[in-house]
Amino acid sequence: MRIYYLMTLLFSSAICISQNCNSILSGSVIDSHDGSVLPNATLIVAGIETEVVTNKNGVFSIKNLCDKTYSIQVFHQNCTTKGYTVKVSGNTTKLFKLEHHIEELNEITVKSHLKNKTKTLIETKISNKQLEQYSSSTLGDALNSISGVSSLKTGNTVVKPLINGLHSSRVVIINNGVRMEDQEWGSEHAPNIDVNTAGNITLIKGAGALKYSGNAVGGIIISEAPKIPVKDSIYGKTLLTGVSNGRGGTLTSQLTKSLKNGWYGNLIGTIKRFGDFESPKYILSNTGLLEQSTSVRLGFNKFNYGLEGHYSLFKNEIGILRASHIGGAQDQINAINSDKPLIINEFTYNIAEPMQNVTHHLARVNGFKKFEKLGKLTVQYNFQRNNRLEFDIRRGNDAKKASLDLELNTHSFSIDLASTLSESTKLKTGISTGYQNNIANPETGVRRLIPDYKKSTFGVYGVLEHNMNSKFSFETGVRLDYAFMDVYKFYRTSFWESRNYDLLFPELVIEDLGSQVLTNPKLEFYTLSATAGVNYSITDKNSFYFNYSLASRPPNPSELFSEGLHHSASRIELGDLTFSEEISHKFTSAFKHQNERFSFAFNPYINIISNFIVIEPTQIQQTLRGNFQVWEYRQTNAQLLGADIDASIILTENLNLNHQFSLVKGYNRITSFALINMPPGNAKNEIVYKNPKCNNLQLSLQSNYVFRQNEFPNTNFSVYIPEAGKYELVDFSTPPNAYHLLNFKSNIDFSLTKKSILNLGFSVSNIFNISYRNYLNRLRYYSDDQGRAFILSLKINY
Amino acid sequence: MKSLKSQVIKPINSQIMKSLKSASVILLCTFLLTSCNNDDDNPTLPQPVNEEEVITTLTAILTPNLAGGTAITLKTQDLDGDGPNVPVVTVSGNLTPNTTYNGVITLLNETVSPAENITTEVEEESNEHQFFYTIGNGLNITTEYTNNDANGNPLGTEFKVITSGSSSGDLTFTLRHEPTKPNDGTLDNAGGETDISATFDITIQ
Repeated sequence: MRIYYLMTLLFSSAICISQNCNSILSGSVIDSHDGSVLPNATLIVAGIETEVVTNKNGVFSIKNLCDKTYSIQVFHQNCTTKGYTVKVSGNTTKLFKLEHHIEELNEITVKSHLKNKTKTLIETKISNKQLEQYSSSTLGDALNSISGVSSLKTGNTVVKPLINGLHSSRVVIINNGVRMEDQEWGSEHAPNIDVNTAGNITLIKGAGALKYSGNAVGGIIISEAPKIPVKDSIYGKTLLTGVSNGRGGTLTSQLTKSLKNGWYGNLIGTIKRFGDFESPKYILSNTGLLEQSTSVRLGFNKFNYGLEGHYSLFKNEIGILRASHIGGAQDQINAINSDKPLIINEFTYNIAEPMQNVTHHLARVNGFKKFEKLGKLTVQYNFQRNNRLEFDIRRGNDAKKASLDLELNTHSFSIDLASTLSESTKLKTGISTGYQNNIANPETGVRRLIPDYKKSTFGVYGVLEHNMNSKFSFETGVRLDYAFMDVYKFYRTSFWESRNYDLLFPELVIEDLGSQVLTNPKLEFYTLSATAGVNYSITDKNSFYFNYSLASRPPNPSELFSEGLHHSASRIELGDLTFSEEISHKFTSAFKHQNERFSFAFNPYINIISNFIVIEPTQIQQTLRGNFQVWEYRQTNAQLLGADIDASIILTENLNLNHQFSLVKGYNRITSFALINMPPGNAKNEIVYKNPKCNNLQLSLQSNYVFRQNEFPNTNFSVYIPEAGKYELVDFSTPPNAYHLLNFKSNIDFSLTKKSILNLGFSVSNIFNISYRNYLNRLRYYSDDQGRAFILSLKINY
Repeated sequence: MKSLKSQVIKPINSQIMKSLKSASVILLCTFLLTSCNNDDDNPTLPQPVNEEEVITTLTAILTPNLAGGTAITLKTQDLDGDGPNVPVVTVSGNLTPNTTYNGVITLLNETVSPAENITTEVEEESNEHQFFYTIGNGLNITTEYTNNDANGNPLGTEFKVITSGSSSGDLTFTLRHEPTKPNDGTLDNAGGETDISATFDITIQ
């Protein structure tokens, strides 16, 4: 149809009598999805066959045109080609919109322009191809490959990302446009995302992306589903990974069907199974894992409207090192003093107590419509249910009963509007509202770690981007959030009185049960967050970024209401009802240099946080079970100063070097002591050999040197040992030594048929089977980290 | 020209309308869903948790073999469990030199009413438990196990204390869960996890 239309135009234009032919048609080509500019788009003027290409800002100019109607075809490598008719009358400007799609088929990695979520913060993207290497690991492991990100671990399978030294509630994870609500407050609660469902992951080291959240004091992780092209096709992939250490692996498969009319569907399934992992010298008993995940996506995507429904289920069962389940301080001394775990059993696939069992449901519906003047309007509703069970080693009738059973339900609804005010100015605005309730099952026979609560939230934001000229752009935004929590909490009377809550908040008590009181705190938090930044391209090769972000985070339920023995940490944890919100001022700058052979990025930052909530040991508590260390949440002022450096050098056509270095120093500004659990300096160096002519062969050798953390607060304590008849020091704080690991990776492609490719991968991690302990692994007191692993992977694209 | 244009545009328009309609229906449904949940204002208060496993009280009654001797009660009680209050430790009197006492340990959970006897639970799972008696420097006593688990290894909820000369010092009772069995009677050798640890200041006079 369109061809006829163009043909008609073509002829009519040919018949036209030439008039003034000195007119210039100029303008730009942009992506209709998000308005980002499209460089290297080709425009062909039918009839005169003039061909021009857009520059890096998506701008073009066609000279010597006559004042008449032309038909112009616009091509871009990632877009469906489109024909336009343009009436030229004198010097004319025109904006062409193309529908941009990253070609997902057969995993051709497209070096397209980065579609940034923020304009003035350095963002790092992990591509689908890179993610596939982590198919049998976790999201945290994949993120660990980025400079400035480290992992807070509990063993090998519970991996939480730490961004520039901050984690848990300070890191917001957006999964397919949905903010994850999966009890992320716990340091042994890993994100409930299957890394295999992500098309790509973007990391923002700061709170600048106000669209998503105002309380990301640490940073934001955005996992996006693969883009699906608007054309008739069916494709998929299956990836099978086998790992020697843990004697297990992962099978993941996905299938996508798309139609030219815009309809599409996508199905992903993953199963992951591991037995006990091994350190170089012994088996890490009860560290197995069973994980299953499914995701279904269905929708249609038209040029200016679309609708999508998505449901995913994530379920896992994780064994926690048996030797880490201990009683009081005396047991802790024995465990720390022993150079190997006190319990080592035969290898098994069975997962016994202590263990975690988590189920996460996520359902989402969203739709968008583009309005010519208003912009792109997106409406989204989502529901999440997170059920977390934790099992401890227990006695009697309770032996097989969970000691923690929490169900967290979250509904959220949001409306976002992305408008283009002028060619150089964009405005993003939106509102969101949410409702959450937490139900703690009383049948566990253990006092609730997190109380029953209901929480309502409301947020509104606006972000303005403006390109002053081709070199200079700025961004500014503000967000307001409101949260209301209605909590039912049982306090031990002794604790309630020891904190003077009986005098401060007598009105909160609604029932006095003698040894405990039922209270009904109602908490309100109003928080403000803002961002402002600039991006300056000094030359084609050098650019400079500067950003200031203000983020405010209300205290989480754990910080407010913890009260009692946290068994998995073998310590008593106490929250504080009087906490106010944490406020962070983060200044980030970045300098980037890029030429054909060398690229370099230097990204220093300072994060000044007032009312920083930190958990610190304060005393020893005597109980009948022995003596326990008491860790109290406190509010203080903190400062984090650090820098991330990335560099890569292309040595020859086939050989390149990659380097990364990250360092962060965290201090308590009041006591001037170092902050606990700050990642030590970390250097990664990699040499990569690539040969596209030889079946895409890729070999790489990576060295990872982790320094010893020399700055740490002294949290050692003394405890009375009846056998020795004296007090003994428990060295709880001295970090482990530095270590150096070498890893090897390789993969190669084979064409099976025209459409299907087989990719074979072989890698070895910890080649020399080095025994080491990581400062940020909570199980470092009890066992060495994982030893050598051989990994074999087989992937078929079809 | 005109007709061509309108032909192209019309079906798209009707499609837009259609999909917008379905979109609005779905959104409406989700609104209803959320509002339903929001209205679910459960008036019933959460139930207090019955802590079934907690041990609040350990009592060891030492009865002398000799007729006419006074039984001594060692008791430690911590009613708020791992709350801020410390255990209250009482020793009813001094032990007599050169005497054999028969000891019986009782464990109670007094957070529930009536109090639950935990000793029964420990004796039911005798293979997974063992009491250890640690004698501090200077205290002239020895101890002996007088009851065993199902496998014939010591359990120690019943025991003997044999005193010699006048002296004083600490006596510690430690209950370990899942210790290595058999063991040499020391905590280090036994491993396992501490369920209870109670120290008493004893005087023999």
